[in-house]
Amino acid sequence: MKNKKRHSLGQLLLAGPYTVWMVGFIVIPLFLIVYYGLTNKSGAFTWENITAITSAVNMKALWLSVELSVICTVVCLVLSYPLAMILANSKMKNSSLTAFLFILPMWMNALLRTLAWLTLLENNGVINTILTKIGLPTIHIINTPTAIVFGMVYNYIPFMILPIYNVLVKLDKNVINAARDLGANAVQTFLRVILPLSIPGIISGITMVFVPSLTTFAISDILGGSKILLLGNIIEQKFKTANNWHAGSGLSLVLMVFIIVTMVISSHYEKDGESANVW
Amino acid sequence: MVKLGKFFKGLYVVLMGIFLYAPIFTLIVFSFNAGKSRAKWDGFSLKWYAALFQNQTILQALYNTIIIALVSSLIATLIGTMASIAMNRMKKLPRQVMMGITNIPMLNADIVTGISLMLLFIMMDFALGFTSVLLAHITFNIPYVILSVMPKLKQTDRHVFEAAQDLGATPISAFFKVVLPDIFPGILSGFLLAFTMSLDDFVITHFTKGAGVDTISTKVYTELRKGIKPEMYALSTLMFVTVLILLVFINRRRDRQNEAQKI
Repeated sequence: MKNKKRHSLGQLLLAGPYTVWMVGFIVIPLFLIVYYGLTNKSGAFTWENITAITSAVNMKALWLSVELSVICTVVCLVLSYPLAMILANSKMKNSSLTAFLFILPMWMNALLRTLAWLTLLENNGVINTILTKIGLPTIHIINTPTAIVFGMVYNYIPFMILPIYNVLVKLDKNVINAARDLGANAVQTFLRVILPLSIPGIISGITMVFVPSLTTFAISDILGGSKILLLGNIIEQKFKTANNWHAGSGLSLVLMVFIIVTMVISSHYEKDGESANVW
Repeated sequence: MVKLGKFFKGLYVVLMGIFLYAPIFTLIVFSFNAGKSRAKWDGFSLKWYAALFQNQTILQALYNTIIIALVSSLIATLIGTMASIAMNRMKKLPRQVMMGITNIPMLNADIVTGISLMLLFIMMDFALGFTSVLLAHITFNIPYVILSVMPKLKQTDRHVFEAAQDLGATPISAFFKVVLPDIFPGILSGFLLAFTMSLDDFVITHFTKGAGVDTISTKVYTELRKGIKPEMYALSTLMFVTVLILLVFINRRRDRQNEAQKI
């Protein structure tokens, strides 16, 4: 009995700090957004901040955000899957080195790296200079939604490559060999064995790319020439420029609906709800 | 046919590598540019590296970035590891509730996490500044530690811990001598991951910082409109090269250890 008491005391001491932290810095702040989102400046209840999403400007930004982040997610998936497969099947089985190559860019400031794309993609930037020299038509994508998608793909593609790679590298080679032995050709083996088994990685990649690209404001600021507004830009301006926390919180609640839907879908595919570990 | 396939596979990996590293290469090149331009090459010069060490505001931002990353990831590692050990022993329901909440900052959008913490600090009348940024970074770092330590804990055998106690070790010494060495790789990778995330964060810092306090990310963001100072390119080049050398060194040492184990 005494031992059990000591045990629970130890448990309390270990779990206590994080529990307090979790409630204070994760749970309560989320409720604050709900509170600010559903009240006006004098503290009275209102739906106004939420229904503000239906205004023309906000609707346009929301629609553009959804459109661009869906395109970005699809492009990331299409580009990442073959790469993850090549890396997983290569002889270079040093997984830490592979992961390292894709995490390494993060050590250079993300905003600076995105800015570097501006240098490369500008109308008389590096890429166009090269294209002109070899006689090819130049590209004019800076300050357009295309450039924003480009920046999103660049910034978030590691989050798609890593989970897919992690699933593929752990895939039991015997299962693939068995499928081939039983007469499946390469395409059938891929479609009916490899692809279904890699779904958890795909789903986790989709979540990790879709949510940040839906909510970004820095990438659209840099590559969109601050003329193209995404929902993230509008929320950022409400908080940082207009100082209207109620309006900003209301729009954030709308944004959170999309995030929650994404989370629910992804948790459906996750075992035990405890395996969001992509690294 | 097989050779051709191999060629295309190799080409694809190289192209993706170029895509990921082209902007880094660009920044490194322009850090040696004699001119101030981000688009035109005016000849080789080291002057921005010299200027960097004279620029007090950039050095202050670097100092803030490193201190915040270091302190926040250390505290997060401590709290996160303790919580993981406790959660590993919990019953399924409370554990799942805690893991569910732990996943929120990881899955939620940074902008939402950022403004939720900003609202908290404002509500509490807590001045936005260095400390608020530090607290915010600890908050989003803890989940990375927990998610790195938990799998290692699940792999460890509880009976070993009990056996150590049966053989006369106190629970504390049994933990330090038996459990800790087992889960240490997870703690270390959690710490490094937290450190990286803190270093690279812009959005959450942007919302929780006060006027006058800047990290490298927020400094870059404020300079975007006025034009980035080339000292920034020099600084990020130095940081990148330092990390590259460090990681190559760690990897080579690990490889050598693996070799030694094989023999």
